[in-house]
Amino acid sequence: MAKVRGAVVIDKEKCKGCGLCVETCKFQVLQLSQQVNLKGYNPAFMVNPQNCTGCTNCAVICPDAVITVYRAKENE
Amino acid sequence: MELEDIIKEENIVFKKTKLLNDKPLSYCPGCGHGTVHRILMETLEELGIDEQTIGIAPVGCAVMAYEFMEIDMQEAAHGRAPALATGIKRVYPNKYVFTYQGDGDLAAIGTAETMHCCNRGENILIIFINNGIYGMTGGQMAPTTLEGAKTSTSPYGRDVSTMGYPIRITELIAQLPAVRYVTRQSVHTPAAVRKAKAAIKKAFEYQAEGKQGTCFIEFLSNCNSGWKMSAVQANKWMEENTFKYYVPGDIKDNFKLLKNPIVEL
Repeated sequence: MAKVRGAVVIDKEKCKGCGLCVETCKFQVLQLSQQVNLKGYNPAFMVNPQNCTGCTNCAVICPDAVITVYRAKENE
Repeated sequence: MELEDIIKEENIVFKKTKLLNDKPLSYCPGCGHGTVHRILMETLEELGIDEQTIGIAPVGCAVMAYEFMEIDMQEAAHGRAPALATGIKRVYPNKYVFTYQGDGDLAAIGTAETMHCCNRGENILIIFINNGIYGMTGGQMAPTTLEGAKTSTSPYGRDVSTMGYPIRITELIAQLPAVRYVTRQSVHTPAAVRKAKAAIKKAFEYQAEGKQGTCFIEFLSNCNSGWKMSAVQANKWMEENTFKYYVPGDIKDNFKLLKNPIVEL
């Protein structure tokens, strides 16, 4: 059966580290980074990329529109 | 399957709309303004009417809205956005006109302009962001601040005996006969954001039909800096407290009041 895999790309210099995407993701894909960006915020990053389904919920809630979502079918 | 195989141009399912430019938004982390900006621009892009739309920016947190939206915009004096929108819509009746206002702008200094614009039934869309506080100037009490809420000008909480009750301006406007569509939405969860986007789309479609009647959409938003909370906490607080007084949902559609959402105090 084809499995759906997703991935997100976060513009880490524009991310303000509000954490709404981290809270929204049901699969614990995202987390706030320990490192800071140029503005001093902790940007979100993919901590568990294998769990992402590309549901776009993180991108829909993101107030700064920094998340781009990709989705592909994996053939086994 | 490796990440490089997924991250390809043809696999994109969501990306930033081209109507929002690359300037970083001037809002605090987690603010609902950014989300409303995005869904508004996405709707214009989906309907393909960005070239025919004129927006009116307010005074308040969203005073720089014209910097981020790649459409024709005009800045209005504090609270006077509906008056300016009236003028623009009458000069260009074929253009889509919307105003984007906060609660200090629309419900305090601009009450008269808003009420009379809606009473005349100008064929425009009014977008009202209600976060219950004056966010830009440092968290002072607004007319929409909830009872008991602590702000910098009501440090012991809003006392209704001296400061009055929070004003439900959306319900007041829904009573006016010339108003076509009135709804209250929020942007705190992905589901709510999708519903809010559908409401904006409906309002622009009414305007496209050329029928008379003002459309009015209230968005409940957080103000995590003003409320002194994190963005996640502020959204939870809003769900638990704000939604009891400002009940989300459609209030009026097609000149008909849908329900009576007045809550007992």
